[in-house]
Amino acid sequence: MSNARYVELEKVGVTFGQGTETTEALQPTSLKIAKGDFLALVGPSGCGKSTILKLISELLPPTTGNIFFGGRELGANPVRVGMAFQSASLLPWMSVRDNIMLPLKIVPPFKAGFRAKKEGEYRERADALLAQVGLEDFADKSPWQLSGGMMQRANLCRALIHDPDLLLLDEPFGALDQFTREELWQTMQDLWIERKPTVILVTHDLREAAYLANRICVMSPRPGRIVDDRQVAFPRPRPIDLTFQADFGTLVQELRSLIVHAPKEKKAVTV
Amino acid sequence: MKPIFRKTAPALLIVGVFVFWELFCLAAGISELVLPRPTRILAAFFEYAHAIWPHAWQTLYTTLVGFVFGVGIGLSLGVLIGSSKLAYDTAYPLLVGISSIPKVAVVPIFVLWFGAGTVPAILTAMIICIFPIVVNVSTGIATVEPELEDVMRSLKAKRWEILWNVGLPRSMPYFFASLKVAITLSFVGSVIAETVASNKGVGNMMLIASSSFNVPLVFAGLMVLAVMGITLYAIFAVIERRMVGWALRKQ
Repeated sequence: MSNARYVELEKVGVTFGQGTETTEALQPTSLKIAKGDFLALVGPSGCGKSTILKLISELLPPTTGNIFFGGRELGANPVRVGMAFQSASLLPWMSVRDNIMLPLKIVPPFKAGFRAKKEGEYRERADALLAQVGLEDFADKSPWQLSGGMMQRANLCRALIHDPDLLLLDEPFGALDQFTREELWQTMQDLWIERKPTVILVTHDLREAAYLANRICVMSPRPGRIVDDRQVAFPRPRPIDLTFQADFGTLVQELRSLIVHAPKEKKAVTV
Repeated sequence: MKPIFRKTAPALLIVGVFVFWELFCLAAGISELVLPRPTRILAAFFEYAHAIWPHAWQTLYTTLVGFVFGVGIGLSLGVLIGSSKLAYDTAYPLLVGISSIPKVAVVPIFVLWFGAGTVPAILTAMIICIFPIVVNVSTGIATVEPELEDVMRSLKAKRWEILWNVGLPRSMPYFFASLKVAITLSFVGSVIAETVASNKGVGNMMLIASSSFNVPLVFAGLMVLAVMGITLYAIFAVIERRMVGWALRKQ
């Protein structure tokens, strides 16, 4: 298995609707993602960023093309996915810790031992993760007792507890204020440096993409396609001050102009 | 002073209503055949307590049995149609149709099938309380946040796992809220059935008392029904608090 082609999209296109009433959401797109990479997908709203996440997490089947994971077609072998969305959607009837342990109840091989280990091994696993994001004192609290930023920290923990092969983030920091958001960026970076999951982050915050990602793909307006694909070379760990430096600003400006001046609706190339 | 007043105000209002009722009847000289005074109703209650008891027991029995069946059926139907869009769209019009039939109209049919007495009362109590439970449970399950469902589906959770871990617990506040409505409706159902076709039960007792112009006893029957209804409502309100306190954010 080639690590450079851990996840591979091969001319994957998505069209919604049937008959004459069809909308093309994603033009046939090819994309390779390396194992342990941190990829950010940016673009105007409705460009199909989230669609790509849904394709990779098997929530949505592609209309055309193929998706491979670890060299095999998606669906052939189970891919362990962790997802986090803009709304933390923690379950209000459970403690924060139990919320975080939810994936262990669902995902093999963890689910087999859930009853036996939920008070022991799994509990420690959850507490360790909570401590890592600074929520160790909130494990027994109810989700509604947390602030928005804390909920998103817990949300990240829930997405990571089962050691996913892929961490898929759909604007998880979108609803937070600027200060909290920057704190979360640092938490996210720490988690990535320590665990090295393969991350795909969908965001429309260009600074967020530039700060967090190793690689940024810029998408055109709907129907989306990738118009730019670049590496981000800033050394890690990146301090938050980086975002005020000149070359960071230049990168953000370049990304911005790519999106603003992207060619409007273009006829899809039929394959 | 103020918080104490807040807590006692509902009790004061109830007592006030009864005092006003008593005084109004005395002052206006209203005949006992039209509206007996509360003290007369209370007296009638104690006078006929022995006769009332078996009727009250019968009503409570049919109500609770009907309610238990209704909850079982309502919960299962609610889960079924809440967890499948197809089942929801298919079954909902039928349910609305059934629920909009006045329940008093189905009592004669039950009597035709099962004879007068206990069975029609149980069935009426049951059928009247199914609908609110179905509506509430299915709403709770069908309105699971799409993001949460995506998280679960991306974990490759099976449908029953999503239902068990997310849908069902999420619908519990709706379910318990509907139980409070359902238990009072069940009372309505069994009293209707007793009034139409039975020789037992508070409804039947009131019918007989009114035909012999024993109006204080009629009102005593009403009082018994009110007390039983309030008690059961209170019991379910307590259970609700215990079970789904998280929904009120008071834990």
